[in-house]
Amino acid sequence: MTKSNRREFLNRSGKYILGAGLATAVSAIISGCKTMEAVTKIGTSLAVSQGLIDESQAESISKGASAVARSFQDITPEQEYYIGRTVGAMITAKYRPYDNPQANMFLNVLGQVLAQASELPETFGGYHFLILGSDEINAFAAPGGLIFVTRGMLRCCEHEDAVAAVLAHEIGHVQLKHGLQAIEKSRVTSAVTTLAIEGGKSFDRKNVVELTRTFENSISDITAALINNGYSRAFEREADKAAVKILKNVGYDPNGLVDMLNVMKGRLKPGRLDFARTHPPPAIRIAALRKHIGRYSGVKTSGPRQPRFMAVFQNI
Amino acid sequence: MVTRFKTILMMSVLFSLTALCAYAAGEKMMSVQVKQGQIRSAPSFLGRIMVSLSYGDRVLMLEEKGSWIRVSVPHSGVEGWIHTSALTTKKIVIRAGTKDVSLAASSDELALAGKGFNKQVEQEFKVKNPRIDFTWVDRMEKIVVTPGQIQRFLKEGGLSAGGGDR
Repeated sequence: MTKSNRREFLNRSGKYILGAGLATAVSAIISGCKTMEAVTKIGTSLAVSQGLIDESQAESISKGASAVARSFQDITPEQEYYIGRTVGAMITAKYRPYDNPQANMFLNVLGQVLAQASELPETFGGYHFLILGSDEINAFAAPGGLIFVTRGMLRCCEHEDAVAAVLAHEIGHVQLKHGLQAIEKSRVTSAVTTLAIEGGKSFDRKNVVELTRTFENSISDITAALINNGYSRAFEREADKAAVKILKNVGYDPNGLVDMLNVMKGRLKPGRLDFARTHPPPAIRIAALRKHIGRYSGVKTSGPRQPRFMAVFQNI
Repeated sequence: MVTRFKTILMMSVLFSLTALCAYAAGEKMMSVQVKQGQIRSAPSFLGRIMVSLSYGDRVLMLEEKGSWIRVSVPHSGVEGWIHTSALTTKKIVIRAGTKDVSLAASSDELALAGKGFNKQVEQEFKVKNPRIDFTWVDRMEKIVVTPGQIQRFLKEGGLSAGGGDR
């Protein structure tokens, strides 16, 4: 090795060690810091300026960091609100709402009480509830807190605690952001990319068209899950578990959910486009619920809640 | 000599990055991430509403109690409680410029108001899908439940207020 070669070798290996050290140190900072991507960006551009890595390496590092972070969690509550509004409009286009102000108001007061006892009481546009006129046994939660319950479902409820259980289960889906998780990941990435290209200027026509296409596809992903395919069994279990917690927080008997499921069990007709298609069989849900609420004991209907429940829902 | 200079430079850069993160961790400002966020006199939804804040408003975090945060509202002298779900640690940029957009695309410290899926996209969707009617969704959103209605409902039904921190 000539002298000049050796110097070059030392210089290179020095850079390598320095680079490795920098990478380790930066990643150590990153793990404790919220500005992960920003730091990655700063770190990589510094490394480039120091000649430690080249531009393409820097780009792939930055891209890697971005790809990891882009998921349903990047959808802001404001965007979730707009997604929810359109999902709600799709639902009311398919199921005619039940125009009964008294019953709808009761549902909203009850729903608000439950939402406030959930882990996500505040959403961008708040929680709102609506009865659908359909005889089908069904209930839907659009992202952000628009919740719909059919008359067929309410007829499976023999007391207020059962209605509360239905709403609490739907609030559980909102709280756990199950709707947003039904959106294909590629769409979120594509929306973010369009947004980044757009820059600070006002939307140009092409970008609005692009974003609207992504929006429409995202809505289809969610309505497909809500209306046709249902969520995974794991999501339904999670929503039932969240419901039990919400009900207990307020003082409702979580056995209200078991009572409702038992009535539903006798009424669901296999093969129909309702809860039979989109939810696990009631018996399976009841068995899973036992783990959270213990042995079944009937909900007392002698208390102060039964008269007001009957006044509103007796003839639903 | 040059290598040594580079090492010193690198070390000082790392030091300032660490300092930056420490500063970020000590940051106690938060933003309201809902259309309207209420500051209440007590850590409960039954607490009296002292002031209503808008999307993007900043508050100074003072204390945490379960799911509630006691905050002070800058330039108002108001101090009160707000549920954690109404707040974000991100800074919400209401009128985003080019710099904000590129920064927000690569950082989780900023959120851009009115960007992405927004009113304009909804409008475009409505034009493309004229049969999808938003009337009922708009009606639903107008339904307001007052704190008085909630209190009566709880009392009459032998129920107690939930609210995160129970």
